[in-house]
Amino acid sequence: MATTQYLFAGFGGQGILFSGKFLAYKGLTEEKQVSWLPSYGPEMRGGTASCSVIISDTPVGSPIVSKPDVLIAMNLPSLDKYEDAVVSGGTIYVDSTLIERKVKRTDVTVHYIPATGLANENGMPTLANMIIVGKILGESNQFTDDSINAALGKVISARHADMLDFNLKALNLGKNN
Amino acid sequence: MVVFDKPHALADVPLHYCPGCTHGIVHRLVAEVIDELGIEGKTVGIAPVGCSVMAYDYFNCDMIEAAHGRAPAVATGVKRALPENIVFTYQGDGDLASIGMAETVHSAARNENITVIFINNAIYGMTGGQMAPTSLPGQVTQTSPYGRDVNHCGYPVKVCEMLSKLDGPEYLERVAVNNVKNVKAAKKAIKKAFQNQVEGKGFSLVEVVSSCPTNWGMTPKKALEWIDEKMIPYYPLGVYKDRTAESEGK
Amino acid sequence: MADKVLMKGNEAIAEAAIIAGCRHYFGYPITPQTEIAAYMAKRMPKIGGCFLQAESEIAAINMVYGVASTGHRVMTSSSSPGISLKGEGLSYLAGADLPSLIVNVQRGGPGLGGIQPSQSDYYQATKAGGHGDFRMIVLAPASVQEMADLTVKGFELADTYRMTSMILADGTMGQMMEPVSLDLDVKPAPEKPWATTGTNLEREHNIVNSLFLSPEKLEEENFKRYERYKYIEENEAMYEEYMMDDAEICIAAFGIAARVAKNAINEARAQGIKVGLIRPITLWPFPNAPFKKAAESVKQIISVELSMGQMIDDIKLASECRVPVTLCNRVGGMIPSPEQVLEAIIEANNGGAK
Repeated sequence: MATTQYLFAGFGGQGILFSGKFLAYKGLTEEKQVSWLPSYGPEMRGGTASCSVIISDTPVGSPIVSKPDVLIAMNLPSLDKYEDAVVSGGTIYVDSTLIERKVKRTDVTVHYIPATGLANENGMPTLANMIIVGKILGESNQFTDDSINAALGKVISARHADMLDFNLKALNLGKNN
Repeated sequence: MVVFDKPHALADVPLHYCPGCTHGIVHRLVAEVIDELGIEGKTVGIAPVGCSVMAYDYFNCDMIEAAHGRAPAVATGVKRALPENIVFTYQGDGDLASIGMAETVHSAARNENITVIFINNAIYGMTGGQMAPTSLPGQVTQTSPYGRDVNHCGYPVKVCEMLSKLDGPEYLERVAVNNVKNVKAAKKAIKKAFQNQVEGKGFSLVEVVSSCPTNWGMTPKKALEWIDEKMIPYYPLGVYKDRTAESEGK
Repeated sequence: MADKVLMKGNEAIAEAAIIAGCRHYFGYPITPQTEIAAYMAKRMPKIGGCFLQAESEIAAINMVYGVASTGHRVMTSSSSPGISLKGEGLSYLAGADLPSLIVNVQRGGPGLGGIQPSQSDYYQATKAGGHGDFRMIVLAPASVQEMADLTVKGFELADTYRMTSMILADGTMGQMMEPVSLDLDVKPAPEKPWATTGTNLEREHNIVNSLFLSPEKLEEENFKRYERYKYIEENEAMYEEYMMDDAEICIAAFGIAARVAKNAINEARAQGIKVGLIRPITLWPFPNAPFKKAAESVKQIISVELSMGQMIDDIKLASECRVPVTLCNRVGGMIPSPEQVLEAIIEANNGGAK
């Protein structure tokens, strides 16, 4: 795996940027080359939000992910918009609580995770995003405790240290789903 | 025995102002105050665009020439970088009350600890006598040849009255320099405006009702009379705000 | 890489400025650069610095003018429409020979335009920042690390040559996060005997000024300034070459466009096409030499820009129009894709583009 291009997409408020940042930091702690590029502007405030993350063994060229290897679709408009952009042989992670339809593509691997439902059931309604990230890490054999803990330490400020355990729990929920 | 000399803070060079112009008087008052307060060595002055554009050559303290209307913003930068120094701007009515209105209002609202000397002579002098934001209703200028029509171009801006509605500024006073009594009062006000800064009190502005015989089309003497007859009734002299005095119940 | 942190480009500029000794920042909110102001607002009060939100971009640049007059390092930042407002101040800073750092995180225009990335202020930055004959040193970062490095460099060049340095970035560079090392090498600022800090009654008064009513004197001032500019042109041009050794096609691109172009070049090389990149890092002074040299060996130069073609003029001048120079662009906040650039490369390789 020389380079993996991730595209996170969903509503503003679903933690799209946060989970992308976590993944980028995890890459950084593993001494990979990384880039993180958010969509920006009014859509941050309630509209659609997306975030390009590239993790690579070689220097990152363009930080813009237009043909993702991995798409994380957290709502229907995002799946509609980006499904066809995924590279052949790529992977799509779908929050099946919020997206009722199935992926039409047959040349990609698809994982349906009822992430929002799981998050609500487990008393962590804001962490559906991290449940999906846990699933990604599990599926791609990247669920490495050291770098996960290091990355969480970077993206969660000391002020919110109580959130560390919730995030870890969410990641594990996703991995084991 | 020397009974009259140039203030040290005033450079020993010929001024370019027209005969009868009161800029020279106000320059001298500012320089006298700088001398009396012993602050020349730490004073930085900001000259405007307008007749007093070359004031940077007339004061012996360090001087900066600002873009038109921007002197209070430049002064803000200087004062924030050098809080121990004394910073003043010297601006005309076009500079301060027209193109630089935003900078004037906001530096006052922030109560920047600076001193503003505002020359109100109701005309653009340097460009040859156009209508100023402070030109009086009916006043004939190059760009109001039939007299300022308030229905067409609105009313003059009364700077002290306007700024006095803000919570920010420390001290606002309007003075004139058309007779000895008024000049003495002007000196007192200018000194207070600098003293306030020395004491860290904040934004102090002195509006000096001044004459422009050349562009008013009058003799110097007639111009001084016109200040009494026309200018002061529209721009009453007095203290418009003095926060310290107010808080002390004076 | 333990010393690297993930940072947005805008934040990297702000922190690098602080490391470079800048303690005064003035700005007015505008997307997509507001993170710089937010960062400064948080940090400056804690390190004895001054963050002040100005009433307008015009006021901000004049506050910069005031601080610069005192000899302290100072900066402002904005995005395209705001930079237009600062144009007056940029001209006065040049006329008064004051050092300062200005950041333009460009967005699409003209007018209010949009908020997505653009490079359409190239002309404004390199040729017409304001009225009168003057130049600014224009630095074009292509990574978050360069956002930091070139900020420090910008302050140093500004002080050395008593002029404005501009960081010409774009919305992508401002918003993206990459690992960045803030172990920056900062040279001490030179003495500034011209600064208006008060005479202390020990010297003649200093005057910071751009008014010269005598045309002879004003001409002399301009000539002196342009001698300095000539020295800068001969000594300070910076650029990166990528796979140019055997290149038959040359891509020219800066900032985000260069990042996209590298993807396309890698793909084209995989297809056996000999293509390379010249990436200007200083847009003024423009790196003429590598383009002049390339024109001797390549068959075409392709300028990849997020504008209707602005840098392309300088490339034509530098290459003396000896080979065709074509444009591959998107505008309005759109970014060329690697595929679009690859297509242009293939077309050039087939001798198609004229």
